Amino acid sequence: MPPSDPVDDAGRVLRADKAAVSRALNLVEDKRADAQDRVAALLASLKGAPRAIGGHRVGLTGPPGVGKSTLTSAFARAVRARGRTMGVVAVDPSSIVSGGSLLGDRARMSFDPSDAGLFVRSLATAGEVGGLAYAANSAVRVLAAAYDVVMIETTGVGQSEIDIVHVADTVVLVIQPGSGDVLQFLKAGIMEIPDILVVNKADQEGLARRAVADLQGALRTAQAVGASGREDGDWETPIIPTSATEGTGIEELIDTVDAHRKHLEPTLNARRHRGEVQWALDLFMRKHGEHGVSTLHGLAEITARAERELDNGETPLSLCERLSREYVATLCQTS
Amino acid sequence: MAPSGKHERDKPWIMRTYAGHSTAAASNELYRTNLAQGQTGLSVAFDLPTQTGYDPDDPLARGEVGKVGVPISHLGDMRALFEGIPLEQMNTSMTINATAAWLLSLYIALAEDQNADRAALRGTTQNDIIKEYLSRGTHIFPPAASMRLITDLITYTVIEVPKWNPINICSYHLQEAGATPTQELAYALVTAIGVLDAVKATGRIPDSEFGKVVGRMSFFVNAGIRFVEETCKMRAFVELWDRVTQERYGVTDPKQRRFRYGVQVNSLGLTEQQPENNIIRIVLEMLAVTLSKDARARAVQLPAWNEALGLPRPWDQQWSLRAQQILAYETDLLEYADLFRGSEVVHAETQHLVESAWAEVQEVLDRGGAVEAVKTGYIKQKLVESNAARLRAIESGERVVVGVNAYTEGAPSPLIENLDDAILTVDPTIEKEEVAALERWKAERDASAVEGAIAELQRVARSDENIMPASIAAAHAGVTTGEWANTLRAIWGEYRAPTGVAGATVKAARSRAAAEVVDRLRKRLGELEVRMGRRPKLLVGKPGLDGHSNGAEQIAIKARDVGFDVVYEGIRVSPEQIVASALEEGVHLIGLSILSGSHLALVPEVVERLRAAGLSDIPLVVGGIIPEADAERLRREGVAAVYTPKDFELDHIMSDLIELVDRQHAAE
Ligand code: B12
Ligand SMILES: Nc1nc2c(ncn2[C@@H]2O[C@H](COP(=O)(O)OP(=O)(O)OP(=O)(O)O)[C@@H](O)[C@H]2O)c(=O)[nH]1
Ligand SMILES: [Mg+2]
Repeated sequence: MPPSDPVDDAGRVLRADKAAVSRALNLVEDKRADAQDRVAALLASLKGAPRAIGGHRVGLTGPPGVGKSTLTSAFARAVRARGRTMGVVAVDPSSIVSGGSLLGDRARMSFDPSDAGLFVRSLATAGEVGGLAYAANSAVRVLAAAYDVVMIETTGVGQSEIDIVHVADTVVLVIQPGSGDVLQFLKAGIMEIPDILVVNKADQEGLARRAVADLQGALRTAQAVGASGREDGDWETPIIPTSATEGTGIEELIDTVDAHRKHLEPTLNARRHRGEVQWALDLFMRKHGEHGVSTLHGLAEITARAERELDNGETPLSLCERLSREYVATLCQTS
Repeated sequence: MAPSGKHERDKPWIMRTYAGHSTAAASNELYRTNLAQGQTGLSVAFDLPTQTGYDPDDPLARGEVGKVGVPISHLGDMRALFEGIPLEQMNTSMTINATAAWLLSLYIALAEDQNADRAALRGTTQNDIIKEYLSRGTHIFPPAASMRLITDLITYTVIEVPKWNPINICSYHLQEAGATPTQELAYALVTAIGVLDAVKATGRIPDSEFGKVVGRMSFFVNAGIRFVEETCKMRAFVELWDRVTQERYGVTDPKQRRFRYGVQVNSLGLTEQQPENNIIRIVLEMLAVTLSKDARARAVQLPAWNEALGLPRPWDQQWSLRAQQILAYETDLLEYADLFRGSEVVHAETQHLVESAWAEVQEVLDRGGAVEAVKTGYIKQKLVESNAARLRAIESGERVVVGVNAYTEGAPSPLIENLDDAILTVDPTIEKEEVAALERWKAERDASAVEGAIAELQRVARSDENIMPASIAAAHAGVTTGEWANTLRAIWGEYRAPTGVAGATVKAARSRAAAEVVDRLRKRLGELEVRMGRRPKLLVGKPGLDGHSNGAEQIAIKARDVGFDVVYEGIRVSPEQIVASALEEGVHLIGLSILSGSHLALVPEVVERLRAAGLSDIPLVVGGIIPEADAERLRREGVAAVYTPKDFELDHIMSDLIELVDRQHAAE
């Protein structure tokens, strides 16, 4: 029996049929040229899914080894206990030399294999500079159509915490007690302030308490110098101590993540829309670079187009395809 | 010393054979035969369910009951195991770790039933749970809970069973997981330091008595084929332990500072090809730990010539025992003082090892000590990297292994004319019998006594009292191994140890030719990715209770290094979990690694579950200790390829795997 086409399977994805979800994810990972249209079609048919609109996409970033995967696992267990379903995209780095990868996040997650309401897919960065993978954006949209909550774990290196803003509704930055670097960034106003700060490994008590206090200080300084520049109004970045291994602070984290989702309600569409625009731009830039941008009359012009056309039902992928064709056509005319 | 260099003949070391299988009664018979043959101590091998705290009727025990050791579920089993063997007169070594406190409780309860004097009991519980996370893989609880069990057992026996060796700090298993001599020294020492610091922190031992604890510490060491270096390693151990006990713990009595150790010689280097050569390796390795009187082992156990084929039969073990007896009783070895004292060569190499090991000890202590270095994966990654370097050296021929990468031609060995009979096979119906026996045991015991004992165990587990008295009481009440462990699991949780593979880097092969082979593999894989649209993705799975991770780790790293995306979740993953991962991850290929002998139960289960999940078109390969007859059967049941230790060329395996993915893609 040949596997059915994932595009025709959109209905099964919406019902969170694991085999269908998995095939849809395989498709969005497919880099062959002739797959692009099908990916675009798939994403278009998933776009209006009630879960995709009403659900929540949570980005988890933070330095390597801080406990992101362990935390994801604890989070998933607690979310499931509350009766909601969850999909996870876990991104790990690829080897620069071989292109291969060891996708280690899954090993840190423990879950019931017979649970139909939890799905974990690992992705490799495959040469992407940020902490996300080529297919991460699309993968999140597939999972968002199938599960109530989608969590994206970044590699925590490169510009993960910048990239993730475009994919996630809520960005959670996880740090470790006793590591001063995040503090420095915050104080210097270099880092965009994440929506939620988590101090994990809070079982290392004294250290964790100090870390929370230090962070509060740094946040005040950062907000005073106007580093936040956020449009979502009066959200005060909460700082939550957790122990992923002992399971403490997890319920509070879920409550806070939910609270942020609620807080976002009025601005969520705008935020997601901006993310889509950025994704379309990223896709186009990756393909055609600066020359592509200038040929199509500069970044401002493309951005404006993206904003308009994405509103009219286009997906970033299909838009990028169309921009590509225009670019190529222009090239042919001039040469 | 007399001018001739001779002195009064030494007493020989304790000679042991690591044994146990099928049932307590069958193992008892084996022990009695071994004792009659002049073996001077018992060394009990437990099956994996007993080691990981499951009863024979637990779903996770499927296929493993009585396989690689004896199943002991309760006091009745313990009684059967030592039927006719008075415990007071025995020296019993038990290779038991996560459930050591429990098995010792059963042993003590049995001794009490025999009216034996507790204080007279002699023997060893391995009880080094730290190295389980690093190599041996039978851990249950998180590190803090494991450390508590370790110290509970130590602080209990030091007072109540003073002749007992409560812990055997193991460097043996580290070498079996790839450790270099320096790493073996360093990681064993940091483990010992971690344990002693933890004992101190319990506050149960007055400072004036602490020397006694130090004096009860013993070690279980490896001896590899590079036997000059290994001799020096033993001398380095003696020197470093003296330093640690004196400087860190202020022990003044030199007797309490003695480095007391037992040995099992290297098994990792024993080969499937020309297996008769192994007996020669075994004898040479034994020399390393016996030649030097100043650093001689107190107990030696040897593997058998057919180590890489499967479990040894009594005759195979007897052959190894004879090697020990010939060395001890026929040769003049024991008539001389230390042969190397004053040797500049040995001294220089010993000092070199002392210094390099000490530097690594400091490194780990700076990282917060052994437990921290386990949790962060630092040590595990070092071991995985050393093992990768070792394998690469064999594959490229830099390191000669006779019969494997050199001198491979020869007359066929009559020893393996009938290969499938050249190992011990355990009757698979034993499992059913054990399950039935357990049921009978449970039906006959006093249920309310069991309930009370478990409640008490729970209370103690939540407190900081010693777990031993409550465990001994539970043993008397008829509590089972699974009940004891599950009670503690519910309170302390379980732990999956770092796999060490994600960050492991492997230096490129030194030879141009080898580098070219890898380049070609990468190119093939790259082309395949272009054709398939996705990079080939491999799931490496270790089903069952098997803790042998070396093969899976090395396959995983190598696969990454030729360009696969690899998912590897570590040891002890259920078939159900493996299939769930294959489904969610969208893999192109699944490779299972099974060395514990339970492949005939586990592989078909994975195949069946794949079929049920609609994934039967994913090619499945299997590696490990798989006798040829079984391999044939597995291939008939749909396994695409079977690999065993003789397939030491990882490049060949990788080439096959790429080919399999390619063929499957072409078929779609
Ligand atoms: C090293 C070793 C250990 C180490 C393991 C360290 C570790 N972290 O892996 C230690 C000392 C801890 C150990 C312990 C035990 N061991 Co042991 N061990 C061995 C030994 C000597 C070598 C195995 C090895 O690592 N080889 C090196 C690796 C690289 O080779 P490999 O795994 O065979 O992999 C190669 C191929 O098989 C294949 N392959 C393997 N897996 C995969 C997967 C895929 C996808 C592919 C493509 C290929 C592939 O490719 C690899 C490359 O060549 C073997 C005997 C032997 N010489 O083979 C016994 C052996 C496997 N052990 C055995 C036993 C019984 C035990 C114990 C259970 C004893 C006990 N009763 O307590 C314990 C407990 C372990 C546990 N928790 O399960 C038995 C198993 C008997 C059986 N099958 O019937 C053996 C065969 C020894 C014997 N003859 O009795 N052991
Ligand atoms: N003490 C303590 N250790 C933790 C906690 N959370 C995670 N760890 C440990 O930290 C180590 C790394 O955890 P992971 O979950 O793999 O961290 P990660 O951030 O996902 O790591 P990468 O994906 O490699 O960047 C593991 O050894 C965990 O057991 C915690 O809350 N307390
Ligand atoms: Mg992770």
